Amino acid sequence: MLKSILICSLALVSLPSASQNEKGLQISIEQKARNSGWNSVYSKFKMILENPSGDKSVREMRLKTLEVDNDGDKSLIIFDRPNDVKGTVFLNHSHINDADEQWLYLPALKRTKAIASRNKSGPFVGSEFSFEDLSSFEVGKYQFTYLESDKIDGIEVFKVEQVPVDKFSGYQKRVAWIDASRYIPLKIEFYDRKGSPLKTLILSEYKLHLDKFWRAHTMQMNNHQTGKSTTLITENFEFNLDLSIQDFASRRLNKVR
Amino acid sequence: MHKLVMNSITRPWTTILFTVVLILTSTMGAFQGFTWSIPFKNDYKVFFRDDNSYLNDFLNLQKTYTKSDNVAIVIAPNSGTVFSKDVLQAIGELTEQSWQFEHSTRVDSITNFQHSYAEQDTIIIEDLVPLDISLTEARIKQISQVALKEPQLVKSILAEDGSSTVVNITFTIPEADMTEAVPKIANATELVVNEFASRYPNIDFMLSGIVTMNNSFQDIAIADTATRIPAMLLLVLVLLSMLTRSVSASVISLFIIIVSVVTTIGIWGWLGGELSSPTTTAPIAILTLAVSDCVHVITSYIKQIRQGNAKSAAIEHSIKSNIRPIFLTSVTTAIGFLTMNFSDSPPFVDLGNLVAIGVMLAFWFTITLLPALMTLFPLEVSKKNRNYELMDLFASFVIRYYKRIFFITSIIMLSAIIQLPKNQLDDDFVEYFDKSVPFRAAANFMEANIAGMTTLELSFNSGKAEGINDPKFLAFIDQFQIWLSSLEYTDHINSITHTVKRLNMNMHGDDPSFYRLPESKEQVAQYILLLEMSLPIGLDTNNLLNVDKSATRVTVTFQDLTSNETLELENLIKTRFESLNSPYQLLIASPSLMFSHIGATNIMSMLEGSTTALVLISMLLILALRSVKIGLLSLIPNLTPAAVAFGVWALYSGEVGLGLSVVLGVTLGIIVDDTVHFLTRYQHARKELRYNAQDAIRYAFNVVGTALTTTTLILIAGFLVMATSSLQVNSEMGLMTAITISIALLIDFLFLPSLILLLSKSSKSGNLAVSNTIAEPNGKISKE
Repeated sequence: MLKSILICSLALVSLPSASQNEKGLQISIEQKARNSGWNSVYSKFKMILENPSGDKSVREMRLKTLEVDNDGDKSLIIFDRPNDVKGTVFLNHSHINDADEQWLYLPALKRTKAIASRNKSGPFVGSEFSFEDLSSFEVGKYQFTYLESDKIDGIEVFKVEQVPVDKFSGYQKRVAWIDASRYIPLKIEFYDRKGSPLKTLILSEYKLHLDKFWRAHTMQMNNHQTGKSTTLITENFEFNLDLSIQDFASRRLNKVR
Repeated sequence: MHKLVMNSITRPWTTILFTVVLILTSTMGAFQGFTWSIPFKNDYKVFFRDDNSYLNDFLNLQKTYTKSDNVAIVIAPNSGTVFSKDVLQAIGELTEQSWQFEHSTRVDSITNFQHSYAEQDTIIIEDLVPLDISLTEARIKQISQVALKEPQLVKSILAEDGSSTVVNITFTIPEADMTEAVPKIANATELVVNEFASRYPNIDFMLSGIVTMNNSFQDIAIADTATRIPAMLLLVLVLLSMLTRSVSASVISLFIIIVSVVTTIGIWGWLGGELSSPTTTAPIAILTLAVSDCVHVITSYIKQIRQGNAKSAAIEHSIKSNIRPIFLTSVTTAIGFLTMNFSDSPPFVDLGNLVAIGVMLAFWFTITLLPALMTLFPLEVSKKNRNYELMDLFASFVIRYYKRIFFITSIIMLSAIIQLPKNQLDDDFVEYFDKSVPFRAAANFMEANIAGMTTLELSFNSGKAEGINDPKFLAFIDQFQIWLSSLEYTDHINSITHTVKRLNMNMHGDDPSFYRLPESKEQVAQYILLLEMSLPIGLDTNNLLNVDKSATRVTVTFQDLTSNETLELENLIKTRFESLNSPYQLLIASPSLMFSHIGATNIMSMLEGSTTALVLISMLLILALRSVKIGLLSLIPNLTPAAVAFGVWALYSGEVGLGLSVVLGVTLGIIVDDTVHFLTRYQHARKELRYNAQDAIRYAFNVVGTALTTTTLILIAGFLVMATSSLQVNSEMGLMTAITISIALLIDFLFLPSLILLLSKSSKSGNLAVSNTIAEPNGKISKE
């Protein structure tokens, strides 16, 4: 799920022409293609929530993700800190065109519950990341428009507009700055349903894994409307784990460590 | 100063040129290029100083939890229930559309309420009225059953009987955009509501909420400025024409006062001042006060002409003979208004300073521009006048019956003053608005049908991070809530405990026996995590919990309470909390609490300020009148009018708020003026003219009686115009000022002379025969 969010570019100024749509789509397909085939990944990360007065709280989690062909990925989040939620497990089966399926295992109750909601636009555990921000990037989720070429810190980027297909999305659109050589997103702007700027995500400290896959070790999301921010710091990524579909089955949630 | 006056008469055009330059330079202060540059503050927080502790408590609470402003759209169907296909559809549409308002971050209504329930091993969380289902009879019935049992909805955004509801829109507005955003949002919401009202004629829509209220402050300020000021100018013109019987004199005076107002506002701009609802009354106050200066000069001038003096000599004399009293009264009035600097409410500090500047400018224009204009323009004077004979008759009446008058007025004054304690402090910000203001109507409707407008926010702090997970802490809050809800006025309580209990029930297959707090802190923490995973866009737990989860906020809504009741409640809650001897901390704050405190603290600081000013003014009077006795005597007519007026107010209304608390400052200077005018003439007659007490009193009546009556009438008229404002803070200030200065005049004309006569009786016996022989009004005036 945390596999980096790849983004497409898109333009604002004029009505998108067919060629701009085509170019946007091509960039996005390339982006998806270059980040496919990793099979499974494990990572340990920290989520730092900060409000405008500087009050902070930290959460620590582990994430296991399994790549699924032609559908959204499956992911498991195991909470380690704060202590009182240690051992809580969240399972997500994301889908391209359907609502995601979610389960939660609460160790204090020793129970697994499915959560049925159309809540992909809601915040993930009080952070500035919504569920849809964290779910895998799939070409089928958006309509793309290439906007222009740009530069970020001297790096050539494509600016791509991404309009969510799902009517339950919390966004009218996103604008992504995609590294023109590595095809990874460096920055994404989110616009709320009335089209006002809502959040900006900066992806940094990219490292190359298995000589193929770029992963951002720091992702900072700033909410412009509330002044709050969330920083996601990943210590390490491990690839090619021996994970199978069964490890992501809801009935086995109580056995996850 | 006399040289200045002579200059204005001999070289009027130079004076006019100089004045025009002064006016233009000042006025530029109010503009940047050609746009108005003095900012209007339309935030209710403007009533509080930056260092107001109740404001800061509230701001800290907003920093800790979610800071937001809201618009509440009240929906009242004529059918008497919101649970029908039509109405639910309207609410759904309105909810959807409301997300489109600029700066809106969250919309809450009964249709998008996140209803959670268990179905076997699944917890379903969905909109209570999903957009894409068909609303059958059965479904509507089911919705109404859920809604009317939901503690988060009932008496919060839904009437207990389901007859009305609210779509609540949360706005997150950056502080810097406030001034611009508020009217924009207000207009946009009004447009949408009007559109819905025409589409759904069987539903009443009303607008309430903080943004609506803030905008109403601004709307009223604009309406007041646009209608009251022209009305006031017209009234002044009419009154002046009647009193002076000279059109040109009236027009010249009108010009002087307009110039005074315009220049004042310009200088305010240069000083970097701000405007707010209370300060928009400044022009009316300045207008009114500036008139007196002109009236004094012009009545003198008329007398001079009637005595056969040449025009320029008459102008010179009328200015010169008035320059001292006008200066003195301008200074005392300014000091009076400057005492408003003691106020705890910045808009009234601003109002005081604005008027003080205006009064001094009016004095300046009266001694420079007025003689210049009088020289240049023809001034016709009608020969007849009866006022002076009336004044003489009145003086005779007072002198003859002074004992009885003293007795009767003393009784009346005392019986009014003993009513003083009956006044109750009350600052209800809803009642700041007249019933004709739509916001007030909506707020009253909500109060009567859904929930009260008095809220208190209680922040309970456990003292350690993640402390809210402790079941003991939650149980403490739960117990405290049970006690809170047992209070007579409690309407609604919003707290985390209800949510935790509901989740516990959901996790146990919706078994109602599990609607209770869990036993372990892990369970609490995991339920809250579940909650955090299920909240919709625009919501997080931060409106209930602080970031490190050491503290939680409980919002309690009460029925409409007066300031005193709110303060008692605050005390009651604090006492109760302390008696429980818990290891936790409690902070209480809310706008209701801020407004409840401001009236009381403001009255105390205004009393302090006014007392200081009175001491200053009395010393000034002792010096100016060169008599300790008269100076001390002046304290009585200076002090009593406000006391009597507040006694009368106790009988009329008895509710004292922010607007009334500044009346002391507003009236102080004006009251002192009347006393100064009367006593200087009396003293002049005693000392310079060697009159006895009776004759000196008659002399004083003859010389200033008419002018004082005239100016008081104009002042009363002016402040009564202010009293028509739809903003109670302004209207009560106007009304009370009018009452106070009328009482002041009565005291100066009845009580003061009879007191003087009574006191002088013991030293010297009066001689009525002599006084009658020198009672020729014209004779007295010529000696002035």
